[in-house]
Amino acid sequence: MASGNKENQVLSKIVINGKHGENSPYFDGWKAYDSNPFHPTKNPQGVIQMGLAENQLCFDLIQEWIMNNPKASICTAEGVSQFKYIANFQDYHGLPEFRNAVANFMSKVRGGRVTFDPDRILMSGGATGANELIMFCLADPGDAFLVPSPYYPAFVRDLCWRTRAQIIPVECHSSNNFKVTREALEEAYNKAKEGNINVKGLIITNPSNPLGTTMDRETLKSIVRFINEKNIHLVCDEIYAATVFRAPCFVSVSEVMQDMENCKKDLIHIIYSLSKDLGLPGFRVGIVYSFNDEVVNMGRKMSSFGLVSSQTQHFVAALLSDDKFVNKFLAESARRLGARHNHFTKGLEKVNITCLPSNAGLFFWMNLRGLLKEKTFEGEMKLWRLIINEVKLNVSPGSAFNCSEPGWYRVCFANMDDETVDVALKRIRAFVGKETGKPPLELKRWKSNLRLSFSSRRFDENVMSPHMMSPHSPMPHSPLVRAT
Amino acid sequence: MRLLSTKATCNSHGQDSEYFLGWQEYEKNPYDEVLNPKGIIQMGLAENQLSFDLLESWLAKNPDVAGFKSDGKSIFRELALFQDYHGLPSFKKALVDFMAEIRGNKATFDPNHIVLTAGATSANETLMFCLAEQGEAFLLPTPYYPGFDRDLKWRTGVEIVSIQCTSSNNFQITEPALQQAYQDAKKRNLRVKGVLVTNPSNPLGTTMSRSELNLLIDFIKDKDMHLISDEIYSGTVYNSPGFVSVMEILNERSDLNDCGTGASVWDRVHVVYSLSKDLGLPGFRVGAIYSENDVVVSAATKMSSFGLVSSQTQYLLSAMLGDKKFTKNYISENQKRLKRRQRNLASGLHKAGISCLKTSNAGLFCWVDMRHLLHSNTFEAEMELWKKILYEVRLNISPGSSCHCTEPGWFRMCFANMSEDTLNLAMKRLNTFVQESNHHGCTKKRVQSSASSRRKSLSNWVFRLSSRDHRDQEER
Repeated sequence: MASGNKENQVLSKIVINGKHGENSPYFDGWKAYDSNPFHPTKNPQGVIQMGLAENQLCFDLIQEWIMNNPKASICTAEGVSQFKYIANFQDYHGLPEFRNAVANFMSKVRGGRVTFDPDRILMSGGATGANELIMFCLADPGDAFLVPSPYYPAFVRDLCWRTRAQIIPVECHSSNNFKVTREALEEAYNKAKEGNINVKGLIITNPSNPLGTTMDRETLKSIVRFINEKNIHLVCDEIYAATVFRAPCFVSVSEVMQDMENCKKDLIHIIYSLSKDLGLPGFRVGIVYSFNDEVVNMGRKMSSFGLVSSQTQHFVAALLSDDKFVNKFLAESARRLGARHNHFTKGLEKVNITCLPSNAGLFFWMNLRGLLKEKTFEGEMKLWRLIINEVKLNVSPGSAFNCSEPGWYRVCFANMDDETVDVALKRIRAFVGKETGKPPLELKRWKSNLRLSFSSRRFDENVMSPHMMSPHSPMPHSPLVRAT
Repeated sequence: MRLLSTKATCNSHGQDSEYFLGWQEYEKNPYDEVLNPKGIIQMGLAENQLSFDLLESWLAKNPDVAGFKSDGKSIFRELALFQDYHGLPSFKKALVDFMAEIRGNKATFDPNHIVLTAGATSANETLMFCLAEQGEAFLLPTPYYPGFDRDLKWRTGVEIVSIQCTSSNNFQITEPALQQAYQDAKKRNLRVKGVLVTNPSNPLGTTMSRSELNLLIDFIKDKDMHLISDEIYSGTVYNSPGFVSVMEILNERSDLNDCGTGASVWDRVHVVYSLSKDLGLPGFRVGAIYSENDVVVSAATKMSSFGLVSSQTQYLLSAMLGDKKFTKNYISENQKRLKRRQRNLASGLHKAGISCLKTSNAGLFCWVDMRHLLHSNTFEAEMELWKKILYEVRLNISPGSSCHCTEPGWFRMCFANMSEDTLNLAMKRLNTFVQESNHHGCTKKRVQSSASSRRKSLSNWVFRLSSRDHRDQEER
């Protein structure tokens, strides 16, 4: 057989088409990090990872809870009586206590202003699985979803790859802080219609990745009105809901629905996960919450392809049913995120680097338009490579998020310890000083405080030994595995 | 404009399937030794509940694992953050070692070629996404696991074409049957991308013979297509002949060592595994795809993002399966218990004048011959008998038609998801039923209905069952 035929024989089109999205130049930042990762003592000149939207600020709280609640594990002496039942439990309805606990938690995150029905909760393989699942339920191959830009890069994979749906960006601009306007929605919608594209819905991320902002009530209402009028679905990815650290409060679409008359509930669906709010991406807890009965019914059957491990369901059920812990965690997590965000952004202000004013998320949207040699995306990429190779920070360029304007970068701040933050700040300041010709500010104060003995577990030799998880692993870690 | 996708709406029928009744009736009236001794005994669930004590005692001896500790140090944070779709290296190593151990080390597996997925359900679907698409088909020998209709076809658009196997040779795959299936696909304008077999077989409870495996390899070599071997029951083989994995056969064949078409066969054979049956851990959602084809591994790895295994679970199992003393003891003890239990079932059935497939040597179930109890050689009669067994004998068993069997009268009965006492009670009830039926002079003669009505009933039945609600996953 000819080799051309051979390729056809081996793989399906969706594999060959490469819509998994991992071939973008965006991958370069990861390569740079993987081949030269920062370590406070072993590799202080290495690349600092600031492209990873992880929440590492509150593990101590969860760890403490685990130690005090051995029954949450089916492996401990206290919990092993449940082992057999849990290990055997593969019902795609999920453990009732898991659904109840998640519904309760989701409500708390929204200040108790809405309640959620545990029977509408579907499990999925993380938010990644949830987003794909909802698309399989709502869109046929070729159908389109509108997505406000800038948006999370892996949406291309999650929403389009195996579903063969397509996404149509709705452009947002810095002129109004990247708000989603009715005009922009109409424009994108109409353009699609003209091109004979069947628009099935709109997906928004609120709080936004990469902007770190929450959507205001009026914008949300306008969006709900828009989808109602066009009779298209609204998928609200609310996975950052509990990362709001400053006013304004988070307003969920579920709250807005309550206030609006004639709102077609059947069109509205929420995506949730514990990866950001609780910092547990490894546990793969994704949730689809739909107000549409048919979607719940069908989606539940589809969830067979990515159920949450019953061991994890059991653990999460115990954790999130502990009201005292949840209340304490939510408050403390917000406080720490706010403090970290503040420290970083204030530090940048000292060298006249501004960020989009934000109140949520694990990152901020940094404005380096002033440093671009050319106000183009090539200029943005050039600056980005400079930042990676010389400043040794892996930040994410706005173009990776399909931003319509060059010069913006997403900087993650919750995936490192305080000392690393200061190293990063120092490097940025030095770099900006060089770029703008201004001398770096006097940094005596922090220098004398810089300690070389880091207490963070993350760098503990034993823990990072090859058998567990090596930063120097020969296998490159895909950006889309963790660039979330 | 239709509000939901075609996929979301196409399966809405099938909820009236009579087969579904079995599950409903069970839920309404589940047997309990103390609370409901007259209730329905569940024998439609291919679960392995025989060896939990071994797992529990291992846990008791390994408290570190419970507290997210490794060598006394907390690794909670690292596990919480670990979402690399390449999987936990220590878990993959432990898993491939376990797979090799089950195969008596006659086949070994490279951890870099294994892809972790959320159960075998996800593994099978993922392989379909990688290897085929709408307008294409995989050939499957009947009878097969009902869940394949969902797992292989639903969201992928791929079709299944049956390789018809019959009791005349204990349902083994034959060359004519393979060729016929291939032609059937052609007639339906479907391009055949490969063959998928379950070895050991569900629902037959038998291991595939060497000659069948060689036949399959000859076939896919000749037709330039894939072979997927779902080996999720590989650790449940309790009798001779032992388990022979397709990987073992590949190793043995010299015609596959040369360059050219032979070598590429290695690129087209893929194994699916899971810990749901061998270890009895279906809740943990641990599945795997193994392939020597780098491109498939790479694509499947990316796709596994949609259903990764919880790091918490990967860690627990890496410790457990990494304990070679434990695995050695578990594998042999588990097999002993399965053997004993199957013997109980077989002898209980025998007393009632019912036989199992005589080649039964694996799985968590037996393929039981009740053809002589049908009043006609039709699927209607099979349905009638099934309902009698459900309502009068109060046993929920799986009728062969739900597995796409082409001959009426065969049933799958599970034996590893209940206590020994419960199994004995089930056998007693069945025996009573058969004696009473004999006493009342029910005819044992099979009425030969016309071939066409048999075909008609088959297609209707299959149609009703091909899109069924909810308990599918639990039937494995």
